[in-house]
Amino acid sequence: MPVLKGKELRVVGFLCNWCSYGGADTAGVGRFSQPTDLRIIRVPCSGRVDPMFVVKALLGGADGVLVSGCHPRDCHYSQGNFYARRRLETLKNFLPALGIDPDRFQYTWVSASEGQRWKNVVSNFVEKVHQLGHAPRIEEATPYLPLAEKGDTPHALRAPLRPLSYPAAGTLAASLEQLRDKIRAALPELDCVIGWQQGFDALHATPLFMRKPEDVDKLTWGPLNVHNLATYLPQFKNRKVGVVVKGCDSRSVIELLQEKLVEPDNVRVFGMPCEGVVDMTRVQKTLDAGNADGAMCADAAPSSVGVDGDSLSFEGEATARLKLADVVAEKCRTCDTPVPLLGDVVEGNASAPAGPAPDAPPSLEALDAMTPEQRRGFWRAQMDRCLRCYACRNACPMCVCRDHCIAESRDPHWTTQEGNVREKLQFQVIHALHLAGRCTECGECQRACPVNIPVLSLKQWMNRSVRTLFDYRAGVDVNAVPPLLAFAVEEKNIKEHGL
Amino acid sequence: MMSFARYIARGELARALDDMARGRVTYAPRREGDAVVFRPRAEGEEPLLARATVPPKGVIFPQSERLFAFIREKDPNDPGHTTVRLDSTVDIEPALIFGARPCDARGFHIFDRVYLNGPHRDPYYAARREATVVVTLACTKAGSTCFCHWTGCGPADTTGSDILLTPVGVGNDAGFVAVAVTERGGAVLERANLPEADTARADAAQAVHAATHAALEAQSPAPDLSATPARLLERFPDTGFWRDMSDKCLSCGACTYLCPTCYCFNITDENDGGDGMRGRRLRSWDNCMSSLFTREASGHNPRMGKALRLRNRVGHKFSYYPQLHEGVVSCNGCGRCITGCPVSVDIREMVVRATEANEETPNA
Repeated sequence: MPVLKGKELRVVGFLCNWCSYGGADTAGVGRFSQPTDLRIIRVPCSGRVDPMFVVKALLGGADGVLVSGCHPRDCHYSQGNFYARRRLETLKNFLPALGIDPDRFQYTWVSASEGQRWKNVVSNFVEKVHQLGHAPRIEEATPYLPLAEKGDTPHALRAPLRPLSYPAAGTLAASLEQLRDKIRAALPELDCVIGWQQGFDALHATPLFMRKPEDVDKLTWGPLNVHNLATYLPQFKNRKVGVVVKGCDSRSVIELLQEKLVEPDNVRVFGMPCEGVVDMTRVQKTLDAGNADGAMCADAAPSSVGVDGDSLSFEGEATARLKLADVVAEKCRTCDTPVPLLGDVVEGNASAPAGPAPDAPPSLEALDAMTPEQRRGFWRAQMDRCLRCYACRNACPMCVCRDHCIAESRDPHWTTQEGNVREKLQFQVIHALHLAGRCTECGECQRACPVNIPVLSLKQWMNRSVRTLFDYRAGVDVNAVPPLLAFAVEEKNIKEHGL
Repeated sequence: MMSFARYIARGELARALDDMARGRVTYAPRREGDAVVFRPRAEGEEPLLARATVPPKGVIFPQSERLFAFIREKDPNDPGHTTVRLDSTVDIEPALIFGARPCDARGFHIFDRVYLNGPHRDPYYAARREATVVVTLACTKAGSTCFCHWTGCGPADTTGSDILLTPVGVGNDAGFVAVAVTERGGAVLERANLPEADTARADAAQAVHAATHAALEAQSPAPDLSATPARLLERFPDTGFWRDMSDKCLSCGACTYLCPTCYCFNITDENDGGDGMRGRRLRSWDNCMSSLFTREASGHNPRMGKALRLRNRVGHKFSYYPQLHEGVVSCNGCGRCITGCPVSVDIREMVVRATEANEETPNA
């Protein structure tokens, strides 16, 4: 019965060659009757199943996806299914972020001799998919833009965990001078040291590549140093380089060291305690709103920006005084690592967090509050304006493939050049999946987006899953192994899904 | 053509726009999340007057478009023999862009020189360009990254526009002086049944133009860029200079896709279904900051690093293009590449530094 005419649904199965494919064969030889909705793709091992296979199928219109491999401890390659279990469980936890029902995806284990079990697995899964019916398509969801209606970003709702107050100007300048001295002393043996300087106007800082001692004079420190400079480190392969970090940035350096993407001997880290950096979109919006005909104006720029304890003062065309707590980046509201975790750090008093970081940062909370249908509508509405510039990827310190990213390759051909929501979202899923267990939530992806798509919430969702499943936080321990590069024979937090 | 001016009271704008756009899809700025993008406007909808985050170039040069579909057909008598049928029908609706800024509209002029008036006329671009009326809003403020007055553009430049609207007056007396720039624009403007703009209002519009221009000059006096095309060529082999300029560049494509003048594209074929019998040829935006832009089939890439890519971007806009197009630079100074850049790479700085005398060339 052709899939489009009858009641049959589209269910894709990825079956390991050694066990489940044989199990399906056994079921066939044994003449067990089975639903005919399943279309089987044979793979060498369940470990070969890239979670993207599943996502691509689901975004492309599959109503269900089943992965089946050898039983744990029974893998033909001894470990493939252990890795698969971690990946697939992570994926299952991630699917709801896209508004996809996690019950549309299942993974299980069937051996070559278990013909009867195979029949049961297929029957049960297909029945479940039939209960769910045809999968709704993201590109057909009703656009949902709750934040636009409120005219606000969700993190305005939460007060920062820490008081967020910069030391007095004199103290700050003295600390900065100490930092400069450390850099000047190290500069002769380094290719360069990456820091920040004032950018094209008083409001914008920009990365600074210090090569000569006089360059070090330009180094600045403060809430405008929004960039995570660890992003530049991998390109300095085999060269000695220094980098200036905030607390959050240091976690990216640690993650890069963990994954051996930079060599410990080739990196010198400098830093200072941080009291938060601004969310430039918020600052700009606040400044423009204060302007009488704000609607007509394009990016009013103050002629000077001063840091004054817990406030920022703007002079010039846009005169204003803003509380840091009102305009800091979302990550700063829940930050518990104001002091760099490694490197040559200038001492200072960082305010202590008032409590533990919340389980869900504000953007994630907003996503949590949506129904699956609203989430589909949310991503449809948000991704629509994506330019496919890949600023999110190139600003990400963990995206080290750069010119060889699978998003742009023709072989494998993960995405097309079509300008539709599905292709655009697919890249965000690639990014989130490739960051599973690696992302430190520095937020560069979202900050870099020229059209302000809230892509960070996908990574926040992923990180929460990783935390729940593996009790792991990326970028805090140089010697820790990222959870998706490892496995446990008995997984503590992964339960078998009965099928 | 006799240029004529009409007056649109602020409260009449939506109505006038409805009349002007009758029979056309109107694209107007709309806030989506924290960005402003051009989107189809519903009748009666009050248009947003903010400058869009993304220029309206996609209305005429879509982010991705189907050039044609191909269908392979098997000869029933000789299954080994297939013929290919092409379906190149393009569905183009008459459109109207409202709320472009002069820098956006002038972008179409930069496109025209390549896609309409060059050695090859691009039928897809031509059809959309001819079907689209551009209603531009003159600027009343200088944004911090605006430098249109450096490039031959300006806050009230009419190049590429069909109608220019200038906001005049305040409070109850607020409105727009609408000037027909082209014959087509005149015909569209006539449909709105608007009063003549009197001399006082026409003068007020002139004053707005002058004031914005003065504000831009005060913010950053326009440098003399006449030597820039030649200087950039001299700088071409100076890899040290380009390394310094591109150190912080992330090599993403934000600058290019936000640029109203960047017209490069990529062509790809997509199969429909797994049998290779049907498919589409797509044309989509491409950008010179991407490694794939120049990677050859052999795997060799003549522009290996971001320095060489950024050199091309600046060189193309301020040297190669003007040399082919009577000195017209393919940059309108809208500043979006600066505002939208995740690390604030500043094209103004690069152009000025490249133009400066070359004595103190950094070590290559």
